[in-house]
Amino acid sequence: MIDHSDDPSVERELDGNALGGLFESLFGGDMTAVPGRCAHCHTVNMVGAMRVYMGGPGAILRCPACDEVVLRVVKTAEATYVDARGAAYLRFVQRESDGV
Amino acid sequence: MANPIAWRIATVAGIRDETPNVRSFTLELPGWPSHRPGQHIDLRLTAEDGYSVERSYSIASEPERQDEVDITVERIVDGEVSPFLDDVVVAGDRLEVRGPIGGYFVWEAALGGPLMLVAGGSGVVPLMAMIRHRHRAGSQVPTRLLFSSRYADEIIYRDELDRLAAAGDGFEVIHTLTRSRPPGWTGYDRRIDDRMLAEVIEPLGVTARTYICGPTALVEVAANALVRLGLPPDRVRTERFGPTGT
Repeated sequence: MIDHSDDPSVERELDGNALGGLFESLFGGDMTAVPGRCAHCHTVNMVGAMRVYMGGPGAILRCPACDEVVLRVVKTAEATYVDARGAAYLRFVQRESDGV
Repeated sequence: MANPIAWRIATVAGIRDETPNVRSFTLELPGWPSHRPGQHIDLRLTAEDGYSVERSYSIASEPERQDEVDITVERIVDGEVSPFLDDVVVAGDRLEVRGPIGGYFVWEAALGGPLMLVAGGSGVVPLMAMIRHRHRAGSQVPTRLLFSSRYADEIIYRDELDRLAAAGDGFEVIHTLTRSRPPGWTGYDRRIDDRMLAEVIEPLGVTARTYICGPTALVEVAANALVRLGLPPDRVRTERFGPTGT
């Protein structure tokens, strides 16, 4: 199970796997196996391994190494905003890959 | 090809109890694109006034089963979605789902082993998809599941795991019970710790592909311990759930 704390009023600590559906609807492919480099500590982790805090209007992805914010996702009625200033890069390989 | 991430309608084809608090739901999905073991679906419930809520549920079934998936859901007291699934949904009901989703927490027989699986409570669900797939695909890679539950009657899939372990194809299940043990219990009797992980991984060695799913605290303890034991961090895949600090 991914989603256990079935209570939106509690800040929920999950991981990037839980945002796979949202990201796929935005980016058109799987993002959980995409490596991203933290702009703060330069560690590379796959999006699925990043810590996710949900609650309020969006989600925050934090680096599992240094706990700094890598990505912020906010959904409004009209659009979804992705704030990626905490990511040095996200790496998409040419061939579809599961990153394994 | 249909957009795999589009919302679609699933029909509830069957419901069965796994433990007093956990139920499995079979969802009929004609034309479902085969999933990869470890992936999940998103489920969306919409009220008459338009309020909608989404939750992610790991797929429990193996991809060899066509046009249907099982999800296994633990009832969360005061939750928004799980009590609805538990109390209201009956066979024949229709639910909105999308997926399959995810490429990070995934294992397929072609990836090989050895395979080390670590589960806490209903964290066993995506691992069960891997175990069922391994069996159906005829894989014999050495595989060990270390499964932490609170009480014996809360062990999800217990009978099926015992049957699969008795098949003699290299799958073993090792239980630990953290709250109380029945008379004659021969498994572990404490929370997962470094020593337990060292003992369980020893026959597989440090090249094992490792998948850990459970509450955050368990995932952290297990992942850190296994990396300390010498497993390459990129072979230790994790999936966390649950509120902070529980």
